[in-house]
This record gives sequence, structure tokens and C-alpha cells, in this order.
Amino acid sequence: MSDLMQEPIEQAQSPLAEAWGMFKRNHAAVAALGVLALIVLGAIFGPYIYPTDPFEMVWAPFSPPGQEGYLLGTDYLGRDLLAMIINGARVSLMIGLAAAVVSIFIGVTVGALAGFYRGWVEEVLMRITEFFQVLPTLLFSMVLVALFGASLPMITFAIGVVSWTAVARITRSEFLRIRELEYVKASRASGASNRKLMFGVILPNALPPIIVQSALMVGSAILFEAGLSFLGLTDPNVVSWGQIIGSNRQYILDAGYTVTIPGIAIFVTVLAISLVGDGLNDALNPKLRQR
Amino acid sequence: MAPLLTVENLRIELTTRDGVAPVIDDLSLNLNAGETLSFVGESGCGKSMTALALMGLLPEKVGRVAAGKIIFDGEDLTQASPQRLREIRGNDISMIFQEPMTSLNPVFSVGEQIAEAIRAHQNLSRKAAWDKAVELLDAVRIPNPKGRAVDYPFQMSGGQRQRAMIAMALACEPKLLIADEPTTALDVTVQAQIFDLLTDLQKQSGAAIILITHDMGAVAEMARDVIVMYAGRKAEYGPVDAIIEHPRHPYTQGLISCVPHIVSDMSEERPDLVEVPGIVPSLKDFGRDECLFASRCAHRTEQCLAERPPEKPFAGGQLADCWHAEEL
Repeated sequence: MSDLMQEPIEQAQSPLAEAWGMFKRNHAAVAALGVLALIVLGAIFGPYIYPTDPFEMVWAPFSPPGQEGYLLGTDYLGRDLLAMIINGARVSLMIGLAAAVVSIFIGVTVGALAGFYRGWVEEVLMRITEFFQVLPTLLFSMVLVALFGASLPMITFAIGVVSWTAVARITRSEFLRIRELEYVKASRASGASNRKLMFGVILPNALPPIIVQSALMVGSAILFEAGLSFLGLTDPNVVSWGQIIGSNRQYILDAGYTVTIPGIAIFVTVLAISLVGDGLNDALNPKLRQR
Repeated sequence: MAPLLTVENLRIELTTRDGVAPVIDDLSLNLNAGETLSFVGESGCGKSMTALALMGLLPEKVGRVAAGKIIFDGEDLTQASPQRLREIRGNDISMIFQEPMTSLNPVFSVGEQIAEAIRAHQNLSRKAAWDKAVELLDAVRIPNPKGRAVDYPFQMSGGQRQRAMIAMALACEPKLLIADEPTTALDVTVQAQIFDLLTDLQKQSGAAIILITHDMGAVAEMARDVIVMYAGRKAEYGPVDAIIEHPRHPYTQGLISCVPHIVSDMSEERPDLVEVPGIVPSLKDFGRDECLFASRCAHRTEQCLAERPPEKPFAGGQLADCWHAEEL
């Protein structure tokens, strides 16, 4: 009898398995995850499989795709476009990820402090957030890059600094909601410190919307980097997709493919990331979850 | 032996839109180790505020201890630093909340949460804390504790969650356990089990328990002493038996006559249950120099409206704050 009572009727799922179950139901997101995996694998292993130097002049300029043995053709300096795309993927994805990490770090810290402590801390931090929100983002990051030099870390930092406000607001609103919940009081009553409450109790519960926002942030950071490099604010010693577009932009009418191909790469990557973010939203949003 | 907990003339004020209201007005009590004291009263009478004040968890900026002392184990908690209060919380004084459904963190397993509560106060390794968590789950009679420790709160029933909450509250062997309506959200059969469990654990650990409830039946079963609260003031205080035998305050009488099984001795003729007419006065009327129960009282006289009733002692340590206590 007692054995019967201990046996759960249905094997209960861990939260992760459950989230994956919900994610799988969004077919577009699963497909996008596949595409994204391919892109990431290509960025990691591509340069070993296709070792052509992206800076080397390998053939006559403006050789169209598919001809003369170059799959994606050559650009205005006769460089192999395929090699540039593959190597550019590394830089674009890395900047996207790193900028997202920077903005999440700033955003979560600001939002958590504001939402947890309330009062004047919240007042000050949210006014600062609003200040960053009304700054024209592209202009501000251009100023940063122009002032401090167009190195990769600086570009990453500039993108992160202008895009953390959304994360801060989401984090704050989640903290405001969760801090009043019973289990936070219970934790406090069992002697948890403020730091423990913030990052050990409230933050794990606030994560789902933050994760979704971060996924979208990676996409927008890639776009942002493309925008900056198109304007020439980029490290000339590395290739990125935006930089390919930027450097070939004068030839857009004569050799459209030199601009279109990296454009498609950006488009596909950002779309895939957005779709994955959408799938994450399905998977992690408690309102869509059926229990 | 000095009592474990002494509260002297405690006054707690809440800042509201209408001004400052004393939600606890001149409350004194004593509690010895190993004993159970019960707070009864309807919603909004200050039961939970007292508990929060003992834990040093009054709502920030809104509530404050305006006067009085809370002496716990020889230390005045109203003067203690936030740092010291945090050391005490969960270690010397711990608390069980009303809603077992929402009092556990949904993203961590029950075992992790108990282990975390242990590690907050004791210098134990993760492994040792986990083992202790499993032991505690066993102590609160959760079947298959090893297997259940990895479960998440949503995989447990209400009664099991409340047991897990109790396990967490007992993790550091507190000297005082505050149970804020621990069974209100549970069904009746489970209620009885939880009370049995609390009684047993109390016998083993020698902890004092403050039981906050509005269930006179639970009080009769669990507690030695009872404080009947009304509108932030003590209405009656004393041993449970004496008070149930002969309540001296009209509000206590009303509360007791609300409960069927205490009144009727299974006689054929069952009298109608009595209700206490009217409602609790609003916060802005708290603290007036009159008997706050007067508006609902059948024994009201001029005196009740003119002056706050004094505390009157009776045999067996029973105290009643009513002008007419002798006649009742």
C-alpha cells in the first residue's frame, strides 16, 4: 500500500526537460536552432576546412560567384569572398555574444539593485537607465569608438553600453514582482543575506525573460556591429560581415553580390537567432506552459 | 529560570495614508522554552505583525517598533543590529508560513533549499548539508526522503510542502519556532497530521512554538497559553484551559462559541452557532482611548466608550482587558 503511494503516477519532468519539450513544439525555432548550429560550427571549424587567407589577393577583382573556381567570387581587391564570410562569421558572432554579455551584465546588475532595494537606489539607477535610453544609440557608440579607437574590445563595449537598458528594465520589473513573493520572505526569514536573496533566490526566478531578451540581444548586437563597420568604424585588421559590406559599398551597382552575400549571411544569422529567441520565449514563459 | 522570550509593552506603528496607526498596542507576554503560546484573532488584528516584529522583518519604512522590548534569550531584539538579526533569523528563531504552495522557491529542489538554509548558518560542506536535509525530510515523515529531496516543490502535495517547510524551519534547531497559520491552506485531515508533527518535534527538540491561528480548535489542542488579540490589543491572555473554561472577555466568548465541537457535547439538541456581529474597526481607529471591541459588544456601557479597559488578573494567571470581566 505504502509502495503504491510513493510511486508517482507519471514521471515528473525536470524544469529543463519540460522547457525543451515546449521548445520542440515551435518548429520554426527548432529549424532555426539547426541553422544557427551550422553557422556556429562553420565559424569554429570553417577556417580549418577552407584555409584560404581572407586578406590575400587570390584572383582578379570582381570575379562573379561560381566562376574561376571561387564559390562566392572575389571582392574589389580580388580577395576570396567565401574565406571572408567564414572568417567574418567568427568576428560577427563573437562581437554579438560578447556585446550581449556586456549588456546583460550591466543590465542585470542595475535592474537587480534597483528592483531589490527600491527607494533612492531605484530612483537614481532608473534615471540613469532613462538617460541611456534617450541617447541616440548608434551616434553614441560611434562617438565611443571614434574616441577610444576601433579595436574589437572597444566596439564590443560600445555596443554593450548602449543596449543594456532593456535588460535593466526587464530585470527590475521581475525583481519588483518576485521580491514580494512568499518564498522570498521565507528565505529572508531563514536568515538569507541581501546578496543571497538577490542572486540566489530572486534572480534564478527572474531568468526566463532575461534569457529571451539576451538571445534577441545577440542578434541586434550583430546588426549593430554591421552598422558600425559599414560606417567604417571597425578594426581594419579583422574581417567581419559588416566590414565586407562597408568596404564594397562603392561597387554595389557593378558587383552587387559583394554586398548581397554578406548581407544574406547577416540576415540569416539574425533571423535564426530571433526565431530561437521566440522558441525560448515559448519554452520559458510560464503563462504558455501547461502543467 | 528566565523565560526564553519576554515581550514588554510592545507597540508597533504602521504609517498609513491616514497617519500612524498602532497595529500592536501595549503587548506583553512571556514564553518559556518547550512551551507553546498561541495567538488567536481575526484577520488584521496584528497577529502576523507580532511575528514579523519578533523576526525583525517589519515592512521597511512603513512599520516600526515604537516602544517596548522584545527580549529573546537575554538579548533585546529591538536594539539588535540588522546583521545580528540576520544571524538570529533561521538559526535561533525560524518561521513557517501560511502558504506552503508559494513559500518554497520553485526553481530549486526541496533538498537544495533545506541544505541552503543549513549552510546559511552552519559551516558544513555541501554533501553534509545535503545529508542533513535528507535526515530532516525523514524527521518530518516524508516517505522515501532520499528520493524526494531531489524533487521540485511543484512535484509535492500541499501537505508535503508544508512538511518540507517545517523541515527547513527546523534545520538549525531553533529555540523558537513561529508558525503563522501553518495549516490554513491545508485540508482538515492534513491539518491534524501537521499539528501532531509539530507537537512531536517540539517534544524532541525542546523548542518553544508561537502558533498564530484563528482556529480555536487548534489552540485547544496545541497550546498551553493563548493570547486573544483584537484590533492590535490583547483582549485576553492566560492558560488555554482556564480561558476556554471561563472566557472573561466578550470577544473570546464570541470566538469560542463560533466553534461547534467545543460548545456542544454531542447532545441531541444542537444550539445555533453564534457569530460575532460587526467587523474589526479600520486601522485609523486603532489606538483610541476606548474599548475597541465596544462597537460589537453586547455588554457595552458608557465606560467602555470613555476609556480603554485596564488589564484585570484572575485566578490561574488569566488576564482580561475588559471593564466587565468580573461579571462575565
